[in-house]
This record gives sequence, C-alpha cells and structure tokens, in this order.
Amino acid sequence: MRIRSLGAGLAVVALVVGACSSTPGGSAGASAKPKPSVPASIGAGEGKLNLVAWSSYVVGGSGGEKIEGAPDWVTPFETETGCKVTVKIGGGSSEMVELMKTGQYDGVSASGDATLRLIAAGDVAAVNTDLIPNYKNIFSGLKLQKHNSVDGVAYGIPHGRGANLLLFRTDVVPETTDSWSVVFDGGDKYKGKVTAYDYEIYIADAAVYLMATKPDLKITNPYALDATQFKAAVDLLKAQRANITTYWSAPQAQIDAFTSGDMVAGTTWQYQANVLTAAKVPVKAIKPKEGTTGWSDTWMISSKAKNPNCMYMWMNYMASPVANATATVWFGEAPTSPEACAEAEKQSAGHCDTFHATDEDYFKDVWYWNTPTKDCLDGRGPICTEFSEWTKAWTEIKG
Amino acid sequence: MTSTSVEPAGRSLRRRLAASLYRHPRVQLSGLLALPLGWLLIAYLGSLALMLVSAFWQIDSFSGNTITEPTLDNFATLAEGEVYRTVAIRTIVIAALVTVTDIVLAFPIAYFMARVASPRVRGLLVVSILLPLWSGYLVKVYAWRLILNESGVLNWALDPIGLRGPGYGDVAVWLVMSYLWLPYMILPIYAGLERIPSSLLEASGDLGARSGTTFRRVVLPLALPAVAAGSIFTFSLTLGDYITPTLVSGTQFIGNVVYSNISVNRPLAAAYALVPIVIMIGYLLLARRLGAFEEL
Repeated sequence: MRIRSLGAGLAVVALVVGACSSTPGGSAGASAKPKPSVPASIGAGEGKLNLVAWSSYVVGGSGGEKIEGAPDWVTPFETETGCKVTVKIGGGSSEMVELMKTGQYDGVSASGDATLRLIAAGDVAAVNTDLIPNYKNIFSGLKLQKHNSVDGVAYGIPHGRGANLLLFRTDVVPETTDSWSVVFDGGDKYKGKVTAYDYEIYIADAAVYLMATKPDLKITNPYALDATQFKAAVDLLKAQRANITTYWSAPQAQIDAFTSGDMVAGTTWQYQANVLTAAKVPVKAIKPKEGTTGWSDTWMISSKAKNPNCMYMWMNYMASPVANATATVWFGEAPTSPEACAEAEKQSAGHCDTFHATDEDYFKDVWYWNTPTKDCLDGRGPICTEFSEWTKAWTEIKG
Repeated sequence: MTSTSVEPAGRSLRRRLAASLYRHPRVQLSGLLALPLGWLLIAYLGSLALMLVSAFWQIDSFSGNTITEPTLDNFATLAEGEVYRTVAIRTIVIAALVTVTDIVLAFPIAYFMARVASPRVRGLLVVSILLPLWSGYLVKVYAWRLILNESGVLNWALDPIGLRGPGYGDVAVWLVMSYLWLPYMILPIYAGLERIPSSLLEASGDLGARSGTTFRRVVLPLALPAVAAGSIFTFSLTLGDYITPTLVSGTQFIGNVVYSNISVNRPLAAAYALVPIVIMIGYLLLARRLGAFEEL
C-alpha cells in the first residue's frame, strides 16, 4: 500500500537545484494593483518544517500527529527532503488564524473561513505555482477559487474537499429522511438529541436551509447575509438551541454520543460516519436536498516562514498522487487530482466515487466555508454582516 | 601550619559581605526575596496587567489584527449584550450551588473524621478523599459522561423504578462540579474541626447544652472560617472552569465565552475575563470578614 512516490521525489530533487532567492517574480505585469511578490525559485531545504493543521492532516514522521492505526505519510516526505516536520493541531479556523499570527509556523492547512482572513492580515504569502510541479494535475474546479486566491493570484495549494453531511440514527429517525428539517423545524421530535457544529460558521448551515425553505429572504450565498437574512438564520438557530444536547467540536465526542444515543441527528463529517458505520452503530450520513456547507482546504505558506523551501516542498508533496490519496482516504474527503484518485482507488476501492471527487455537479450545492465580509461576497455592496458579528451572534445563540 | 595574617582575597571578600549583610538585615531580606517577588510581580501580576490593558484595545474585524487605541467599546458590548449577563449569572448561580452542596456533603464527613473516627479509620478516609485528586481531571469528567449518558449507568440503574437521569445539561454540570471539588471542601473543614479543643465541647455539655445546641453555638461558629476557606476553593474553581460545561452540557460558562472569543476578539475576551476577577475580589473580601484567611 505504501509505495514510495518516486515521481514526487524526483520532482522535489529537481526543485532543490535552484538557489535560495527572494527575487520578486510576479511583478512583470504593470497593472493598477501591484501583484504580490513570490519567490522565483526555491533552494535547499532548511531541515525543518513547522505546520499548523487540522487533526488527521499531518500524520506520522518525527513530529507529525501520532494516530493509532493511521498510515504514515510524513516519514516519506522527511526521507526525501530532509525536512523534519513538527505539527501543531488547530482546534478550529479561528485558532489557526491566531496561531499563524505568531509567525512561528511555516504553513497552515486553512479552510475557506480562515483563508481570506489570513490573506487580509498579511499572515500568508502568495504562492508561485510554477515551483510546484504537481499543481498542474489538480482539478481545475479547485484552482483559483474565491477562497484560495485574490485577483487571480494563488495563495495556496488545495488539499482536499468534502461536504458537511446530515448524520442520523436510523433506529430513531426515519431512514428516508432527506432534509435538514430534522435538525431545524422538525427538531422538536428529537428534543435534547440534536447536535450541531460548535463554531460560528455553522450559521451558514442555517442560511443554506433558509435558502431552500424561505425563498422570500432571497439568500443567494450563505456567507453573504444582510441584517434581515442574518437575523432569520440566528433566530432559526436560537429555536434549534432548545433541542440541542451538546454542540460538538471534537469528532470523537460526536462519535461517542451517537454510539450511546445521546445524539440522534446533526451535522457531521464523513469521517465520523465511517467510524460509526465500521462500529456497526445504526447511522446514515446523507447530503440533504437543500444542499449543504462544506470545506475545501488549502495549504498556505506563512509570510514570515523561516523554512520557506521546506514549505514549498511540502505543498508539492501534499499535491502528489500518493500523499494526497493517503491523506484524503484516511480523513474521508475528496482527493485533488485524477492521479491522486487513481492512487486512492488502490487504497480504498471506490473512494473517489464515494466522495464525488470528479463530480463537479455534486459540489454545485455545497457551499465551501468562506469568511463573511462587510462587502457582500455576492456583490450586493457593503451591507453584509461580517465575521466578528457571526462570533458575537454564536455566543448569543448558545445563550 | 600557623594561620598567617594574609588571608586569601576571595575568602576575605566573602567574610566582609557576610558581615555587612549581618549588619544590614534589610539588604539580606531583599536579597532573599528578590527572585520570588520578581516572579510574582513580572510573570504573575504582569500578565494580569497585560490582560487588563488589552481589554481596552480593539480588533480590526476582518483581519483580526489588534488595534492598540484605547476604547471602552468592549465594556459597552458586554453591558448591552444580554447573553453576557445571562452567562455570568448562570456561572455564579452554579458556583454558589456547588459550594452549598459541597458544604452539606463535606461537613458530616469532616466532622466524623475529626471527632469520631479512630486514627486508623481517619487515615483511610483521608487517603480515600485525596485519591480522586491524584487522578486526571479529564478522566473524572469523562467517567461522569459515561454515568450520565443516554445508555449510561445512571439510566440503567433508574430504569427499573421508571425514572431517568438528568442527562447532559446544567444539572449535570452541577453534579460533576460538586463531585470534582468536594475534597477541597472536606480538607479545610476537617482541619478546622480538629483544632476545636474537646474541652470546649465538654464545657458546653457541663453547662447543660444538648448536642444540638453545642453544635449550633460552639462547633458551627468555630468552624465557620474553615467553611469559608473551603468555599473559596469550590467557588473559584467552578467559576473558572470551562471544560466540564462543554463535556456534560450544551450551555456556556464565563470561561466558554472567553475561550470562543479569545482567538477572534482577544480584547473582548480580556474584558469579559475581568468579570470573574471582580466577583472573586468581592468574594475574598467577604471571606476575609469571616476569618477564612486564618484557616488557609
């Protein structure tokens, strides 16, 4: 199963030939906005790499996360490049943003609700994708998106994507359930057994539901909510609060609670559904008919990176077929390239079909996590609620 | 080998230093205290001062960068937002309930240990009370999750008589906290009761007081400072906890609001963190009047 990725190794060796240089590379086009400077070449590895990442994203090696039974995709990277990896697990997007502000870390696996904040604060740097040979293989649907680029300049390399799903116990909730209403309007039936994700970004899930059920509100993007729309979403969540047992933030807590029956319905990641199904707990995870939120994670390089060469090598490595397949199969999300899909197929048959890696239609109604800004993301002007208001509202919802 | 008048230079310097320190006790004292006091001032009070200052800063709402212009906005937000009041009141009420529960539970045990039990039994009791303190906090809370959950021990035990446990929620928080901090209440009360001379109780009996009167008019007033000392622990520990509420309920404590804001809006979190500090200062002043500090 663990074939050394020879291709990726050679590519990295080829990259290392260049000398370390910080010559501005992308400033050729004299447009109104000066393009951010990016390195023109990368040099030898610094021997170290400090990362901030989601749990299960950097596993094994000298300083990666240690998980019983998980594959190890950091050791091959360390052997190839000599960069010793240390990882700090971020508990959520905001914590990751805060960690990156310290300047101690070279890179981060940022979700869409962190990326724009990191870029705006100048905590991450633009990436010269020419220095990342594996970038060209990545699905075009993942490149230069709203959450990982600014004015056509890439700020990172896609890691993987997935949808937030509705998880429910089939012995309590009807198996034919196909709507988020079991956790919202119809949640009274499961009073004290409903759960939700314990971060402000979950407000977008309510907005997605309202998009389908309350067309009068005219929500076009769950991350672009004006005052009226935002209030409707917050009110929906305040009503939901009465049916909540506990909110979840650690996947394991949700797994425990679904196993014991304390939770019977709520939003989840595919990972928890897989663990529960493997443990023969009667659960089902679906993408409801209203659509859903999701994530598309990006490896970004710190603007204060002390080991930029190792970070470039890491970004290239995580886009390589074997590493990307291993990491995404383990976590339960869609790989980022056809080559990675072919590799994933060897590790877990049907992986890319299960996670709809090549199915752009599937992701059409998946709203990737994004950062709400005052300037509406749907272009309506400066009338939207910004992220700090979401945080305040979340405190109020929980009461 | 007679000692000559020429002494090694180093030794004479040391002697002179020792002699001058002996003559100047204040210098001696400040030399001794410099390190611990420096730690207290810089690391301990310094971090508090930093927090106090940052409570007056603000944050650029999008990038999350701190703006170090002084403002009272954070306090206005806290005063206007009803939720902050609700959370603070909930925290204080549960902290008070936990304290009262622990006093009720701890007093008989402590009394038995101090005045009734044989030395052997007393030793056993002290160990069994200290035992939970030596195990990890998280392990204890997770054990309570197993007790309280839907298919847990409590529901299993109550099922035959047709009852159900409280499940996760405020009641669960109250139960778990009362369990967690009980030893911090037993030990000061035990120490306080042990110090009451038996002769006082005998004198009370000789003067015709029944056991109830002796307890009310002799034991209780003498043990009150110890109870107040114990309550400082239970109250402040509950006030500052935020892990138990997330694990056994869906509600928020002051600590949870601070935690969820600290990475998004640190100034607001700092301002809110001043609330428990103010409450504790008030509580300590009250406890001091009850003589709790002589018992600590």
